[in-house]
Amino acid sequence: MQGGGENATTTDERHSSRVTFEVNGSSREVTLDNRTTLLDALREHLDLTGAKKGCDHGQCGSCTVLLDGRRVKSCLVFAVTLEGRSVVSVEGLAGPDELSPLQAAFIAHDAFQCGYCTPGQLCSARGMLDEVARGWPSAVTDDLSAPAELTDAEIRERMAGNLCRCAAYPHIVAAVRETAAAS
Amino acid sequence: MRAFRYHRPADVADAVAVLAAEPQAAYLGGGTNLVDLMKLGVQRPDVLVDVTRLPLDTVEEAPDGGLRIGATVRNSDLAAHPTVRRDYPVLARALLAAASGQLRNMATTGGNLLQRTRCVYFQDTGKACNKREPGSGCAALHGQNRDLAVLDWSEQCVATHPSDLAVALTALDTVVEVHEPDGPRDVPITALYRSPGTHPERETTLARGTLITAVRLPPLPAARRSTYVKVRDRASFAFAVGSVAAVLDLDGDVVRDVRLAYGAVAHRPWRAYRAEEALRGRPFSPELAARAADAELAEARPLRHNGFKVPLTRAITVRALSELASS
Repeated sequence: MQGGGENATTTDERHSSRVTFEVNGSSREVTLDNRTTLLDALREHLDLTGAKKGCDHGQCGSCTVLLDGRRVKSCLVFAVTLEGRSVVSVEGLAGPDELSPLQAAFIAHDAFQCGYCTPGQLCSARGMLDEVARGWPSAVTDDLSAPAELTDAEIRERMAGNLCRCAAYPHIVAAVRETAAAS
Repeated sequence: MRAFRYHRPADVADAVAVLAAEPQAAYLGGGTNLVDLMKLGVQRPDVLVDVTRLPLDTVEEAPDGGLRIGATVRNSDLAAHPTVRRDYPVLARALLAAASGQLRNMATTGGNLLQRTRCVYFQDTGKACNKREPGSGCAALHGQNRDLAVLDWSEQCVATHPSDLAVALTALDTVVEVHEPDGPRDVPITALYRSPGTHPERETTLARGTLITAVRLPPLPAARRSTYVKVRDRASFAFAVGSVAAVLDLDGDVVRDVRLAYGAVAHRPWRAYRAEEALRGRPFSPELAARAADAELAEARPLRHNGFKVPLTRAITVRALSELASS
């Protein structure tokens, strides 16, 4: 695998696979060492460097993408498992010259400083808003039988899988709140 | 990371057959724990058998009123399931208190039950760990053991089981459906996990290569009044330093039935039978709940840094049961 640090040894055919999956609406076919994560496949093989490698252990959220419409941590997904599935990374949230309402709200509310966590925050927020629309409860939802209301406490809890070292959290909450209210 | 072959099995029998034929193969579910442990060099499978496309992803209401949950049902789907939220809130609460939104979308029911301890010595290949490398010793016993066991530990291992889901399922007397190399079998969850003893590398009573295919919740109308209280070092996205799953059934103020299980105190989810016994048939009060917890925790043997877990576990027992009693 290229660019994989400790995975520098070459492998034979038994340890690599050809896999076809959709990325941001286009079908992509790649042959990869089975050890390649979705994050590394995007960044090192498909020239999509939006998703970021922060911790590479599923703790920071900067690698968050949507897999079949659900937010996941791409550093903990082996790309070989993705045959026939659909991935949306930050590059696919809007057209190349457009901003999604969520992205526009992040800019309007100054919801980042260095920006490293932002692609993950955006994909996570996109997936989270869809979860709310489906009525999913969270750990801070008092009444499990009622539809979730997106209070600031709910936004914070639901976005807990995304860390921001610049601590732009209040602005991220504001951007997500505004996007939810407008949709 | 060690190179591995990848296999997508046609059915459960195929999956189990590959594990039987390949001594270093492992099942891959959501990957949230296994992929991380492979990166750390703690687990080094040479074949991954991806079970996530097997038809084990449904939640079915059983004719007797119970619920059968397929092994590949994702944690987020299970927590959001209307029947779980209505009839087994302790289960929904335990799932929602665990991990993050992204990880719950990935993690499976079966994989959650078989996840490995988060003992930092287990996760560090530079440290002695009998669970990772039998016979190498336990660096945690006299190391930084704040997060580790207070009950039922051995000189060989003081690790705790990290799952919240498993604690809730233990309180609910769940039956785990497994497919062993010899065929299918039902295992009560209270008989699934082992004490560490002299073989902490053996975490369950399952034969090697066994696949969990489903878990079955028995009908338990009392579970409509149930909850999960978890204490963490931060408000969200952290493993428990203490947790309790509780079901309370009152007849007036008398405890008709009660189910209690603790997390973060032992090598396995800890069913608190003694505490239940101390509560059953008596008028409920917070003082009774505290005495019941004391009965359960009388045999606790705290390590150097985790003595606080005993009063903490007592306190959350009182809190969980008092909340249920007044609800």
